[in-house]
Amino acid sequence: MDFATIIQILDSAIRLMTPLLLACLAGLYSERSGVFDIGLEGKMLMAAFSSAAVAAVTGNPWLGLLAGIGGSMALAAIHGIASITFRGNQLIAGVAINFLASGLTILMGQRFFGLGGRTPSLTGEGRFGEITLPLADTLRNVPVLGRIYADLISGHSILVYVAFALVPLTWWVLFRTRFGLRLRAVGENPASVDTAGVSVTRLRFAAIAICGILCGLAGAYLATGLSAGFVKEMTAGRGFIALAALIFAKWRPWAALFSTFLFGLLEAIANRYPDLDMGLITVPSMFMNALPYILTVIILAGFVGRAIPPRAGGEPYVKER
Amino acid sequence: MPGMTDKAKRPETASSPAIELRGISKSFGPVQANKNISFKVARGTVHGIIGENGAGKSTLMSILYGFYKPDSGEILVNGQPLNVTDSLTAIRAGIGMVFQHFKLVQNFTVLENIILGVEDGKLLRPSLAKARGVLKQLAAEYQLNVDPDETIEELSVGHQQRVEILKALYRQADILILDEPTGVLTPAEADHLFRILEGLKAEGKTIILITHKLREIMEITDNVSVMRRGEMVASVKTSETSPEQLAELMVGRKVLLNVKKSPAKPAQPVLEVRDLQLADDEGVQRLRNVSFDIHAGEIFGIAGVSGNGQTQLLELLGGYPEKGSTITGSIRMNGQELDLTGTRSDAATRRARGIGHIPEDRQSEGLIMDFAAWENSAFGYHHAAQYNSGLFMNNNAIQQDAQEKMERFDIRPRDPHLAARNFSGGNQQKIVVAREIERNPDLLLVGQPTRGVDIGAIEFIHKRIIELRDAGKAILLVSVELDEILALSDRIAVMFDGRIMGERLPSETTTGELGLLMAGVTDTERHDASEGIPPEAKHVQELPDEQAGGAG
Repeated sequence: MDFATIIQILDSAIRLMTPLLLACLAGLYSERSGVFDIGLEGKMLMAAFSSAAVAAVTGNPWLGLLAGIGGSMALAAIHGIASITFRGNQLIAGVAINFLASGLTILMGQRFFGLGGRTPSLTGEGRFGEITLPLADTLRNVPVLGRIYADLISGHSILVYVAFALVPLTWWVLFRTRFGLRLRAVGENPASVDTAGVSVTRLRFAAIAICGILCGLAGAYLATGLSAGFVKEMTAGRGFIALAALIFAKWRPWAALFSTFLFGLLEAIANRYPDLDMGLITVPSMFMNALPYILTVIILAGFVGRAIPPRAGGEPYVKER
Repeated sequence: MPGMTDKAKRPETASSPAIELRGISKSFGPVQANKNISFKVARGTVHGIIGENGAGKSTLMSILYGFYKPDSGEILVNGQPLNVTDSLTAIRAGIGMVFQHFKLVQNFTVLENIILGVEDGKLLRPSLAKARGVLKQLAAEYQLNVDPDETIEELSVGHQQRVEILKALYRQADILILDEPTGVLTPAEADHLFRILEGLKAEGKTIILITHKLREIMEITDNVSVMRRGEMVASVKTSETSPEQLAELMVGRKVLLNVKKSPAKPAQPVLEVRDLQLADDEGVQRLRNVSFDIHAGEIFGIAGVSGNGQTQLLELLGGYPEKGSTITGSIRMNGQELDLTGTRSDAATRRARGIGHIPEDRQSEGLIMDFAAWENSAFGYHHAAQYNSGLFMNNNAIQQDAQEKMERFDIRPRDPHLAARNFSGGNQQKIVVAREIERNPDLLLVGQPTRGVDIGAIEFIHKRIIELRDAGKAILLVSVELDEILALSDRIAVMFDGRIMGERLPSETTTGELGLLMAGVTDTERHDASEGIPPEAKHVQELPDEQAGGAG
């Protein structure tokens, strides 16, 4: 394996991990506030559809992005009303959102575009283009570092850079701001926040709104950055993989960066080597493609050490009695 | 003193009481927790509120703190009507509350817990630095030393309580409400708390102390109000009342504070414990060479500060030691060896051998809180022939049986279909006591039988335990309440650090002597310890001596 191949695989890993990272951070905000969210998948799917649909009609990916965030936020609002206002079961609300998004996107896609649930392919202007960072072409000739800068760091869509910038930002918000302190507190012991005179409901809705925005970014990137248009069920379980990555990362932003990179890398390797030749045996492509999902199962089964979720997670807040 | 709220906003009219409640009522569904309650708390006093469990004390104070909304009534703080819609309003009015179950974030540091909700500005760093300085000042002023950088889960319960008090003081509380503050404390910690409260009172603060312990009321309060079944039945000066009078007001009738019992007539040994050793899964030795006998017809009491091996002993005897424990030694029951570690060492087998068990924690071990009283009344014995017919459980028989137990044990309300959760603490305990005693066990293990139980029920439970003794059964009583141990036991052993420190006869010992044994002072070294027990020496930590503006 030569240097160019490694760069290519890593480059592809970065693209593939971006939606996972965005969804993982989305889940982080929600779950740190004590609202478990298995509806990441559904929100991403809805965002992917709305962004692709709007981008296809207007030819503007930014309008698409806004529509994606809107679609995702609408589902987040349903999740919030069900599980915060009416104290319903958070997991069931999440499952409902996944089903809703899965059905609704295909139905609307067929109704509007008549392509069997797809949206028209986006071309040129309709997608988020690749950004070439300054001096990328000049520096390409510098050995190693220049290549890494020009071919790995440069040349991604704006949303990739946003996703990576969100990691330190999220860390800073969580651990250096008042909002972060209260957010972490409400996920650990909502009664402590309530008796301190701060509204539990408002905090949790704020967290869910942020979750909605980030899922919107994730979905929009899938449909208008990574691919060129919406195909049905295009999230393909990425919401659940993001959840696994979140648990693997133990609900910490920097660790989320590494855990989602691991998943991205696996997917990139699978794409690059559909049939991995190991000398004696050839690993079939089905197995390679299944790798991220197998890792998900392993993580969720708790083989990677104890991950302690936020203590009040999954529980609607009810004052005693 | 520094803090968040603007002191000038609070009118300080010297004549008006700090708190006045007028006609407060509150219902939870069909249960009326507070009925038309009116009372006043004078500024700068310690005001006790006493009442049985479920009398509505905590509800009333939660209303004052804005945690619950009253159905009707008026609240006046310093003579000004105040519409307490949420805790923030109460905090701004200078009211602080230390709940019975602390409202702390376990994995936050002390500092983070202190500033939560009253941060100055959007960034944490300045708030933390300021809180660090204020905390140092408060610690010096009121002997409230806690390491500000320790996480809550690392702290002892007593220190967690200090954090709660500091939280209130940091918010510049003038009126401090404490709900059952000593329930979780060791005697030394409770003493320390009372010194702190006296210091606060000397500073002119008003303190409301909720408790069901008469001794605390007599020791520290200036005035006391008595609640009974949601009503305020009396408000008196503490100096003009007596424990007996208060007890009577609480339950509405005369109570026996001293248990009447005839001398024990011990017969053959029922339980013979020899050299019991238990190390938990982390290798910590919990029981060390524990040996004792219990005879038919006697109550063997084990005193001790909780956490000295009593729990492990009860669990081991009951047949459910913690998983991963290493156990050696022997136990004989009615002359027959009990299986300690094998397949016949489970709780069901123990029960079949005639060992009944009233566990220390009724909510997690004694009952299934969401199940109905009738179901709870048969658990553990649900295989008994009387509860079954063929392959099926005979629910009618169990319900009939539960109904009768409720009559015999005066469990209220008499509704076998009500979930255990909806009974008061005393009545929950009676469900457990009825279940275990009515099986007529040869040996009854009793752990903290009256923890969080009101006086009426305490008296009743004590009576039933003595009746069982008089019927010729052996009883092992574990309690952290020395009064209870002294009143009930025929012989007393004291446990410390997993060891039995000594055995005494109740008639020949004193609380002082037992207290020394509980602190680990043996007979031989007793004369060396005349300076007394170092009070919780290992918890006392000095604040780090650094600048107040140090790192956040």
